[in-house]
Amino acid sequence: MAGYSYLRPRKSVTLTVLLGVLIVYSVLPLLWMLFSITKTQPELLSSFGLWFSGPFALFDNLREVVTHDDGIFVRWFANTLVYVVVGAGGATILATAAGYGLAKYRFRGRSAVFATILGAIAVPGTALAVPTFLLFSQVGLTNTMWSIILPSLVSPFGLYLMWVFSAEAVPTEILEAARVDGAGEWRTFFTISLRLLAPGIVTVALFAIVATWNNYFLPLIMLNDPDLYPLTLGLYQWLADASGIGAQPVFNLVITGSFLTIVPIVIAFLLLQRYWQSGLSAGGVKA
Amino acid sequence: MTITCNRRVALGALATLLAASLTACSGGDEGGGGGGGEGASADEIEAALQEGGSVTYWTWTPQAEKQIEEFEKAYPDVDVTLVDTVGAGEANTKLQNAIAAGKGVPDVVQIEYQSIPQFQLPGQLTDLTQFGFDELESLYTPSTWGSVAQNGGIWGLPQDSGPMAFFYNQEVFDEAGVEVPTTWDEYVEVARAIKKDDPDRCLANDSGDPGFSTSMIWQAGGTPFQNDGENVTIDLADEGTTRFAEMYQPLIDDELICQLPGWSDEWYAALGDGTIASVALGAWMPGILEDGVPDGKGKWRVAPMPTYDGTPTNAENGGSTESVPEASENKLLAAGFLKWLNSSDESIQAFMETGGFPATVEHLESDEFLGYESEYFGGQKINEVLGAGAADVNEGWQYLPWQSYANSIFADTVGQAYLDRSSLLDGLAAWQEENVSYGTDQGFTVNG
Amino acid sequence: MPGRRPPSRRVSAAGWSFVTPFLVVFALMIVTPLVYSMYLSLFRNQLMGGTTFAGFANYVTAFNDPKLWDGAGRVGLFLVVQVPIMLGLALIAALAIDSGRLHGRSFFRVALFLPYAVPSVVAVLMWGFMYDDRLGLTGSLNDLVGFDLIAPYTKQWILTAIGNIVTWEFVGYNMLILYSALKTVPNEIYEAAAIDGAGQFRIVRSIKLPAVRGALVIATIFSILGSFQLFNEPNILKEIQPALISSYYTPNIYAYNLTFAGNQVSYAATVAIVMGLVTAVIAYVVQLRGTRKDA
Repeated sequence: MAGYSYLRPRKSVTLTVLLGVLIVYSVLPLLWMLFSITKTQPELLSSFGLWFSGPFALFDNLREVVTHDDGIFVRWFANTLVYVVVGAGGATILATAAGYGLAKYRFRGRSAVFATILGAIAVPGTALAVPTFLLFSQVGLTNTMWSIILPSLVSPFGLYLMWVFSAEAVPTEILEAARVDGAGEWRTFFTISLRLLAPGIVTVALFAIVATWNNYFLPLIMLNDPDLYPLTLGLYQWLADASGIGAQPVFNLVITGSFLTIVPIVIAFLLLQRYWQSGLSAGGVKA
Repeated sequence: MTITCNRRVALGALATLLAASLTACSGGDEGGGGGGGEGASADEIEAALQEGGSVTYWTWTPQAEKQIEEFEKAYPDVDVTLVDTVGAGEANTKLQNAIAAGKGVPDVVQIEYQSIPQFQLPGQLTDLTQFGFDELESLYTPSTWGSVAQNGGIWGLPQDSGPMAFFYNQEVFDEAGVEVPTTWDEYVEVARAIKKDDPDRCLANDSGDPGFSTSMIWQAGGTPFQNDGENVTIDLADEGTTRFAEMYQPLIDDELICQLPGWSDEWYAALGDGTIASVALGAWMPGILEDGVPDGKGKWRVAPMPTYDGTPTNAENGGSTESVPEASENKLLAAGFLKWLNSSDESIQAFMETGGFPATVEHLESDEFLGYESEYFGGQKINEVLGAGAADVNEGWQYLPWQSYANSIFADTVGQAYLDRSSLLDGLAAWQEENVSYGTDQGFTVNG
Repeated sequence: MPGRRPPSRRVSAAGWSFVTPFLVVFALMIVTPLVYSMYLSLFRNQLMGGTTFAGFANYVTAFNDPKLWDGAGRVGLFLVVQVPIMLGLALIAALAIDSGRLHGRSFFRVALFLPYAVPSVVAVLMWGFMYDDRLGLTGSLNDLVGFDLIAPYTKQWILTAIGNIVTWEFVGYNMLILYSALKTVPNEIYEAAAIDGAGQFRIVRSIKLPAVRGALVIATIFSILGSFQLFNEPNILKEIQPALISSYYTPNIYAYNLTFAGNQVSYAATVAIVMGLVTAVIAYVVQLRGTRKDA
């Protein structure tokens, strides 16, 4: 509901139109994609991007995407689901617990922990990629699903977000009250704090999901076996199939595949939105 | 206290991992892989293949599946695991990483000819002389054999070759009223004529591609890179290189060539609608045109490469070999598979059927091969031209032992000439400087 | 927090128990490779000569390396221009959506977020196509006005073109962060403000902006980190325009090429660590300034 004192604030057309410009900006390339997935490969390369052209090939493209190369796209889709559920799910859990702990509990070394984390993530990911690869090879983890999942479990951003969110959304008085009542810390966490943290958790989860879903560089160096590829890497392979000697240009599949890659994230977002709302109204937090 | 406890655990884990990696770093050559004997005769190889086992094969050729099918018919007890490495860049990276880690190395791996000087530096590939592969020399064209036999060792078996040829769109030529150029001077004139006839079209496309440029230098008779293992000489202003640069400069200065990114969807489209009227690439191009440019069917033809002074001259463009990494644990079997893959008739036939251009003399000279009439090329006997091109390839060409790095900085240096329309020779000089500095840094003795 | 009796040992231990699982994975997945990276940076890789100990020689080279600082300067410039623009847009959007005065609020939220859901490979593909002079919208636009109004694929404009793609990808993401922060403001505060007779802009200034302060600082820090680590977008564009984007265009691209094309894992590690230090210092400064007013 609106944050203003009016029960129903006046909707502004001006504001809507101004923001509308931003929407057009955001949506334009996606419109291009929507038109492109209806085109055949040759049409794609020769027609105006923002309108239909040639035979309506949407269903052909969709069918081809799922059957090309013995249906490996479906396999890639399944892989990505695993990486996301385990990796992003795990990351959310770890970040939530840690953020909450850092925000609500005093212990020595708290600032040091934060400084270390911030310092560590300042180093570019590509710098960590090769050493991680070399380390994983020693223990035989490369070219396995774990090589993707394990690094995905760390979400420093999620940690920071939950830290700040916990500090603001969970009043210490409530925790104190629970302690006085004799409740254990973890019990308090599950029964009281989680509900208050819900919008933050949903945000962190969403970001972790998107990051893992779209992760490309890490799988690129860790994985050899196409059966383990996530969608991004698979699409990149199809794109590269179009280059060089022995090329098989399949741009229409890359675009259609990309479209299919985006759809689940959008759905996830729409679903998670509702938890957001309910999390907020269940709050009843006093200033 | 809990703090110390956790810290200890974390440190312990750290220490273990560090220790593990330290031992891995020190000396990667002891326990060198190769449970596979020090050399073997042809009979022993055959016996091993009959006995069976498993082999991992890394390649990006689309022909691999068909070839493996044939192989498994001949040797049913050998199980081949195929890994598609997507393309040369990725494949090289994967191979380098695997060799560095000492694990996860394939038994047989596809490597481009231009990368062999790098990978044949000690410790990475198996010298196949010990398996009697020197006897196979006569099967292959001199240039492809020269690409795999260097510095006293045999580092792979040639799989295909890519002698250059001039592929052009006859329809566009007719519309512009031009003839096929036989010399490079004529080529420049044709480029002008096509541009004049239709400013949106160009004779050719080049946005600065190291593979193309090095092949062109090769075709001009240049030998800018010479290396004998430790000593490297770089001269990107030698006679041949200069000849190429001076010939090519007007094409850049007067904007006679298009600069679409090669292999992009636009590039394919431009080939199809006549925007780009010709390509001068390796003999594997027909397959690409057939698959990727269906609109061009019937319109394209092939001719020999233009010459500088009337004397036929040619170069290879692309092409790969398969090799056996030193760290492979199945060398005998790997050697057997490799031998079958690139020297047996069944394999090469399968390769050719799916668009490959062979490196073996026998196949290049066979009547069937030469007599093939291509529908796509309007019924022309393309292999006559392509095969003849193979015979004209200049000998003595070498790549740098760090060619992939050199290629990665090509755009920074030579590529700028395309962008700014400045002197190609200056760009080449800049490239030379960077290469000399890199080579010296890497421990080579570099003259240049 | 105002003075209280010190937390019991049980409570302290609980505090650690929340944090430990994260720390363990963090130690394994980030600290260990980082330490290993530092170790690697003390060596030298040569194609001829193998790997030898070099002490801090790499760091000396790095500080004098024109390619590294060219790239660093570029991302610095990028940061100073792109981040404020992107965060400014995100803030405006978050405030507008939170004000409740938009038609179709949910639609706005989803639509602005969509770009973030697109993998960068695809995003660059789409924009790359649209930037194209022949087949893309840029070409159509230029034809319409009769001259080259927009020319993204030129030396002067390529960085802006990249900035545009990055902004496009992340406005929605940042908007969401700021919006979440806005949502934590309880209704009672707004009611109290209304009773006090506060107008719309006063509410924004005194209630909403302070509420997003913390989130804005986070968003800024992570945008700074992201800018310094800029890699995906220029790297993919490099395929399309190899001469416009050098092999050392950003420090991350430089490190990547050093590792995967130049066989210099050790020097790449050095570059990464040097950049990491620079980034960490800047991020820390921002954090200090940003949260200084908090008790």
